[in-house]
Amino acid sequence: MWKYILKRLLYLIPVLFGVTLLVFLIMSVAPGDPAKVILGEQATPEAIEQLRVELGLDDPVLVQYMRYATGLLKGDMGMSYKSKDPVAVEIVARIPTTLKLTLSATLIAVLVAIPLGIFAAVKQNTLFDGLSMFIALLGISIPIFWLGLMLLVLFSQRLGWFPSSGAASWKSFILPGVALGFHSMASIARITRSSMLEVIRQDYIRTARSKGMPYRDVITKHALPNALIPTITVTGLQIGALMAGSVLTETVFSLPGIGRLIINSIQGRDIPVVLGCILVFTIGFSVVNLLVDLLYAYVDPRIKAQYT
Amino acid sequence: MEKIKPKIYKKKGPIVEVFLRLAKNKTAILGLIIVAILIIAALAAPFIFDYDDVIIKQNISNRLQSPSKDNWFGTDDLGRDIFARIVYGSRISLRVSFTAVAIALLIGGFLGAIGGYYGGMLDNIIMRFMDVFLAIPGTLFAITIAAALGNNIRNLIIALSISSIPGFARILRSSVITVRDVEFIEAARAIGANDARIILNHVIPNSLAPVIVHTTLNVATIILTIAGLSFLGLGIAPPAPEWGSMLSSGRTYLIGHSYITAFPGFAIMITILALNLLGDGLRDALDPRLK
Repeated sequence: MWKYILKRLLYLIPVLFGVTLLVFLIMSVAPGDPAKVILGEQATPEAIEQLRVELGLDDPVLVQYMRYATGLLKGDMGMSYKSKDPVAVEIVARIPTTLKLTLSATLIAVLVAIPLGIFAAVKQNTLFDGLSMFIALLGISIPIFWLGLMLLVLFSQRLGWFPSSGAASWKSFILPGVALGFHSMASIARITRSSMLEVIRQDYIRTARSKGMPYRDVITKHALPNALIPTITVTGLQIGALMAGSVLTETVFSLPGIGRLIINSIQGRDIPVVLGCILVFTIGFSVVNLLVDLLYAYVDPRIKAQYT
Repeated sequence: MEKIKPKIYKKKGPIVEVFLRLAKNKTAILGLIIVAILIIAALAAPFIFDYDDVIIKQNISNRLQSPSKDNWFGTDDLGRDIFARIVYGSRISLRVSFTAVAIALLIGGFLGAIGGYYGGMLDNIIMRFMDVFLAIPGTLFAITIAAALGNNIRNLIIALSISSIPGFARILRSSVITVRDVEFIEAARAIGANDARIILNHVIPNSLAPVIVHTTLNVATIILTIAGLSFLGLGIAPPAPEWGSMLSSGRTYLIGHSYITAFPGFAIMITILALNLLGDGLRDALDPRLK
């Protein structure tokens, strides 16, 4: 098991270098000279040239990348062009906000989706089933930012229940969490339902029922664990989607998280910060994927047996 | 004695069969109808509304009008009819998403097909390369590319297709692998068909079902991404009537004039809903075993 985890983590290293190289190349073909963007329209050509030398922008792209990559190996993510602070400091300051947002969205999604999916499957073809699958279908069709804005209008401006911006208290994360999590909730509910439907037709479920086990226990003890694998897979994938969605959600609700930082930095051509943010998201996404694979082993003993 | 006429069961083509199965699914047909209406609206829009005069011309005296008989969905902050702009906007969403998906399908499909068919080293290189792409959450990748290249339609299409390529490569690869070693492929090889012919005529047609479903659902994802990018100011810039940027321009007027934001959102939602219904229906129709 530990060998497997170690192997996965080691494999992450070349992937991360691939990701940074990719983003580096993309940003380098982009129009717009960072030095010019930082100094503004009125800057003299000499001042721009000087800043380019200072930031190392006059070197060939691959030389710049090698410098960045060696720094990264030593744990140095570089300096922000704009604020001159280390990128790591800028990012660490914003991680809690994005983490809280993603966590609340995941919690809302999972806690609603799994019971909804189970009930819809158990009561297949009833009004409840139809209604909850209609809600799920709406969920995967609603743009996150639009739902966010509509929630803002209703709950914060009309009713005044929640603050409309900032990250001051836990209340600030309810609306963003719902806006961000609704889409994932829908996907998870759909997959839970279809996987439950498959499982409750199996022979061992009939056996469990015919031996007189209460239906409730049959569902929670026999059916649910067997139906969870696809649910876990989709939840893991959804967390990746949630990270990307946090960019939009943080914009709508003016939350000072990594999503906001990345948008501002892209516009300001602050390449080290953009790279840093993407790196953090990529690491987060990869770790979630690893956790998902480990969770499989926890849920399904057959998979666990493969690791040892 | 009267001659008994034998009833002949004519075998219908695979496309007809799939369509007949699809036709039995009411929600899928609803999705198909909505998608058809959207395509017709997109094609007909330039004949109904004049782009310069109705879609982008500002008319300040008529600004911020609530929905009424003259302006079904009201007017925006520059006095333009929101209904006309939404109808016209379908052109942008559909054109950009169809083009991006087509490019991603061609490139990703090609990579996945040759990787899956030949296996070994080539497959390994392609898939490790795709791993790098897949490690970045999709929308985030599109955001980065779109932002780096600058916002115009061409760059947007590039950004969206690059971020969709790995998905197509994966899907085609896995379905090519499942059909690669079956008998009819060996038979084709035995009669001397070359690799290109085997891949194009035998392998790909037999692995199309998941690709068709993924394509439909991917169009939906891309339309959502276009709207998201435009909302962030990274997609299609105003005054073009793109749904996401229309929605974003209404943000300042949320109090009192929330319809400016609401209607483009409904347009996006209905489009995505229809594509999802159609995609789900196609999945069931193409692969009855899954039902």
